[in-house]
Amino acid sequence: MSVIDEIQADVLPPRRNRIWAKLRNNTAALFGALIVAFFVIIAVAAPILPIPGPAETDWGAVRKAPSTAHWMGTDELGRDLLSRMIWGAQASLLAGVVSVAIALSIGIPLGVLAGYCRGWTDAVISRVTEALLAAPFLILAIALAAFLGPSLRNAMIAIGLSAVPIFIRLARGQTMQVLTEDYVESAHAIGLSHRAIIGRYVLPNIVPPLLVQATLTIATAIIAEASLSFLGLGQQPPSPSWGSMLNTAKAFLEQAPWLAMWPGIAIFFVVLGFNLLGDGLRDALDPRNI
Amino acid sequence: MLSFIGRRLLIAIPTILLISIFVFFLQKLLPGDPVLALAGEDRNPEILEFLREKYRLNDPLYMQYFHWIGKALQGDLGMSLRTRQPVLELLGQKLPVTLQLATMALIIAVMIGIPAGIISAYHKGTWIDWLANIVALSGLSVPNFWLGIMMILLVSVKLGWLPASGYQPFFEDPLQSIRTMLMPAFVLGTGLAATLMRHTRSAMLGVLQSDYVRTARAKGLVERTVVIKHAMRNALIPIVTVVTLLFGELLAGAVLTEQIFTIPGFGKLVVDAVFNRDYAVVQGIVLCTAIAFILMNILADALYRVLNPRMNDQ
Repeated sequence: MSVIDEIQADVLPPRRNRIWAKLRNNTAALFGALIVAFFVIIAVAAPILPIPGPAETDWGAVRKAPSTAHWMGTDELGRDLLSRMIWGAQASLLAGVVSVAIALSIGIPLGVLAGYCRGWTDAVISRVTEALLAAPFLILAIALAAFLGPSLRNAMIAIGLSAVPIFIRLARGQTMQVLTEDYVESAHAIGLSHRAIIGRYVLPNIVPPLLVQATLTIATAIIAEASLSFLGLGQQPPSPSWGSMLNTAKAFLEQAPWLAMWPGIAIFFVVLGFNLLGDGLRDALDPRNI
Repeated sequence: MLSFIGRRLLIAIPTILLISIFVFFLQKLLPGDPVLALAGEDRNPEILEFLREKYRLNDPLYMQYFHWIGKALQGDLGMSLRTRQPVLELLGQKLPVTLQLATMALIIAVMIGIPAGIISAYHKGTWIDWLANIVALSGLSVPNFWLGIMMILLVSVKLGWLPASGYQPFFEDPLQSIRTMLMPAFVLGTGLAATLMRHTRSAMLGVLQSDYVRTARAKGLVERTVVIKHAMRNALIPIVTVVTLLFGELLAGAVLTEQIFTIPGFGKLVVDAVFNRDYAVVQGIVLCTAIAFILMNILADALYRVLNPRMNDQ
């Protein structure tokens, strides 16, 4: 251990604890985490909550304003909006998480491969990434969703594939940075295999920036899913989705404005939550903020 | 500068070719035989074979691609199945509408985002900074299609101040045109204003701590002159490129905004094409936006070099 390392070990707590402490002291990030946790809990608990089914119609209570019987009111088919909002949270969060998981599972291997191998592999992957980045995210997602066919699954695939280039570029850049570190050179010198170097040194060190990007991309993916569902390319009726609820609500703005209010507020808060959490994670993981 | 632009254009060629390959193969994602879709109810084998020959679907895939790209290079992106118009002609008709919306949205975004970023950076750590950050983050988190719906409800339905939908060509009636576009442009501009505010704040924070600003203050210059003449001028260099790069976001945002406000522009064309299964139009739009986006990137780099001559030395 060098002298600087010894001093750091005496003065500073371990890195993980420092990051956690910074995150805990960041009120905005905590607020973001709380919002996200709230939506995750209601989405997971949807099947056991004492609410009517999201597709259960009541023709005697069509487009009713919020009341004690229906806290958020009812829609054009007499379905309880609170129930549809809660079940809609499942679709939105699922879309956010699955899309980003797709993007990560393709983006990280390709990005690491490009950054590690360089040469032709890098040139080919980088040119393809640049080409995909040239098409605006939502237009690319709409085009993919259109060709794949309208459904929540296809919307998630379309959003995930559209987000792949962001992660390829980030993983490539981070890999190249890690490869310049002394410990990687030492690993090469002692004859560790490429797989071992990538697994032991590259991947663990590129996780923090990817984690920040993933959190922020979940927010983008949730808006993208709502946009696709709003356009009719995502979740199909009668399954609830905040985006498709807004699409329906547009036709009843004068008669039932609450139909448009709740889904928008929910999208706003869940996206705000992920954005605050992402910003907080970025600050906490930034080595300049020790 | 010209050689720089020429070099960048050359580098862009392989990227554009890759995009064209991607766009071409998009149609191969379609399930089923495209000829069956083209023939409709008529399943006569002779007609099906005729259509296969006509659209060269019996050729190997790479030959089909070369045929398609050859025609695309001559400006032939195919015909719209719905309107029977050439795709490029359709795009040419719709683009001015979207450009007007995008320009107005950009003006609104610049008018809100840049001053807010400067004020926020100048008052760093105070309640003004905190408030500006909260507003910016909220602007980034609000889905613009929801904001559009809420504004229609408030401004058009409840207050009756502005029309809820429609389009008036600018050169026919400029005032009415601006009135019709004001609300959609505001909706589209708010998200961009938030992005601009965050970039401006970050650039201003860097500049306000620089030596030349400290020197300007030490010389006894009025604070207003220090901020506007010395700090802002330099902070705006990266912002100009950010504004250029917001083009992609503007186009994507226009898709939803035009849908909500029923504006017959480029965005509405995308959605209509998607729902009418007018795939040639969807392909043409993706290809053209990607090429336009690449050109805007080159313009952003060139602008950055013009505004920051030190870049030319590198």
